[in-house]
Amino acid sequence: MNRNFIEKAIIWIIRGVTYFIVFVIGYIIFDIIIHGLPAINWEFLTGFPRRSGAEGGILPAIVGTLALVIGTIIVALPLGMASAIYLSEYARQGRLTRMIRLAIVTLAGVPSIVFGLFGLGLFVLFFGFGASIIAGSLTLACMILPIIIVSSEEALKAVPQSLRDGSLALGATKWETIFKNVLPYSLSGMLTGSILGIGRAAGETAPILLTVAAFFLPKLPNSVFDQVMALPYHLYILATQHPQADKILPMQYGTALVLITLVLGINLLAIILRIKVRRKYRW
Amino acid sequence: MVNGVKIQVENLNFYYGITQALFDINMKIPERMVTALIGPSGCGKSTFLRTLNRMNDTIDGTRLEGDILIDGNSIYGGDIDVVKLRKQVGMVFQKSNPFPKSIFDNVAYGPRLHGTKGKSDLAEIVEKSLIRAGLWEEVRDRLEKNAMDLSGGQQQRLCIARALAVGPEILLMDEPASALDPKSTTRIEDLIAELRKNYTIVIVTHNMQQAARVSDFTAFFYEGNLVEFGDTKTIFTKPLKKQTEDYITGRFG
Repeated sequence: MNRNFIEKAIIWIIRGVTYFIVFVIGYIIFDIIIHGLPAINWEFLTGFPRRSGAEGGILPAIVGTLALVIGTIIVALPLGMASAIYLSEYARQGRLTRMIRLAIVTLAGVPSIVFGLFGLGLFVLFFGFGASIIAGSLTLACMILPIIIVSSEEALKAVPQSLRDGSLALGATKWETIFKNVLPYSLSGMLTGSILGIGRAAGETAPILLTVAAFFLPKLPNSVFDQVMALPYHLYILATQHPQADKILPMQYGTALVLITLVLGINLLAIILRIKVRRKYRW
Repeated sequence: MVNGVKIQVENLNFYYGITQALFDINMKIPERMVTALIGPSGCGKSTFLRTLNRMNDTIDGTRLEGDILIDGNSIYGGDIDVVKLRKQVGMVFQKSNPFPKSIFDNVAYGPRLHGTKGKSDLAEIVEKSLIRAGLWEEVRDRLEKNAMDLSGGQQQRLCIARALAVGPEILLMDEPASALDPKSTTRIEDLIAELRKNYTIVIVTHNMQQAARVSDFTAFFYEGNLVEFGDTKTIFTKPLKKQTEDYITGRFG
């Protein structure tokens, strides 16, 4: 009797905690939608901000964030995937490999503001890129590299060794084996993990704060060396730094809604990709 | 009816790190015959098999002493092209490992690697290989279907066809029927009997009856040593060594 009671109690506690988490997430999203939706209109999405963002639209911030996301993908995806292929397929399991892995784990644990300062020091000042899309993208890329490497390596490890052996035994070289009989099956898994990382990059404020984000810049960038506005930073400005912060709530909510839609959209893409892959390859 | 020597093994020692797995193996494997490798688990027979196409190269920390000659040429010499060697020495694994591609692409995988491009050339190789592996009649209408949809026995015959498609002279088989039902096993054994006319076959098996049925020669391995090697009939009826007799009569192993 007593043990049965504990069993039931534990189930209910676990269930309650889970429901609570769902409730919190649901409430946040619900609140943003309810308050943000009225602010969304054509001008808001395609117009330029006026009066420090108190009026007008957020187009420069949307474009800026998209530019940063694309820049981050271009830098981080090839680097991360190449590192994962090296670690999973080529590296001997020795002290050097252990140190590389330790470095990657450590990199994953570094606070994002430290990445921001690092990017300021290396890309903005030392390389002389200035506050720019390229400096921001490189900084964000450094931040999400561990996510891409770890998830890509897992996707590669999920391909059974027997498929590699089968290919090698037919006279394929190691690279031919990886390229023709490992990567095709793991590519979507690698992308899934990477997209989640990219979604995180889209929402980060600290790394772009010192490397790219402009306080108020009502124009679109012309090159990767231009500074841009970005959604997370714009939201931070509207909510805390704006002289009339409490009077422009709809603008804040609208920006939050656009940002959260973008990030959730990116994550949704990852989920869809994962489901499709699961159907395609079995072994 | 002894044919020429296809594979000659000379003073072969093999190590995984500091653990020695094979001790001073000497063996002459005859051409176009079936040689069975038997022995209890962990006796080194699979390791030995994998030295014949240098598949152990893929494992970190392995080391080999001695030499193996195929047609009189060392396969461990400095200038040996492992790719060419594996084209000459095909392998079928214990657990069938079809690639998650179409049946056609599975068989065409090797030829494509080695430079066969034309569609009709590939189609011809695929058909010929599937016929040789005794699978053609069952799959001729669904070559574009995923190989993972085949039954276990069909998958293993597909792997044999895939190995044959690159035109090997030697076929290594690592317990090719151990995961199959009796009917599929019989099919594989019949296939081996057929293939032996054109290929030198080395097969690892746990199954004594299978070794007796399919092989011309039998090698008994125990704890990394080649205990006895001779024609299958002699090994199974009048083994020279007591250890061999004990093993095949089921007293240990």
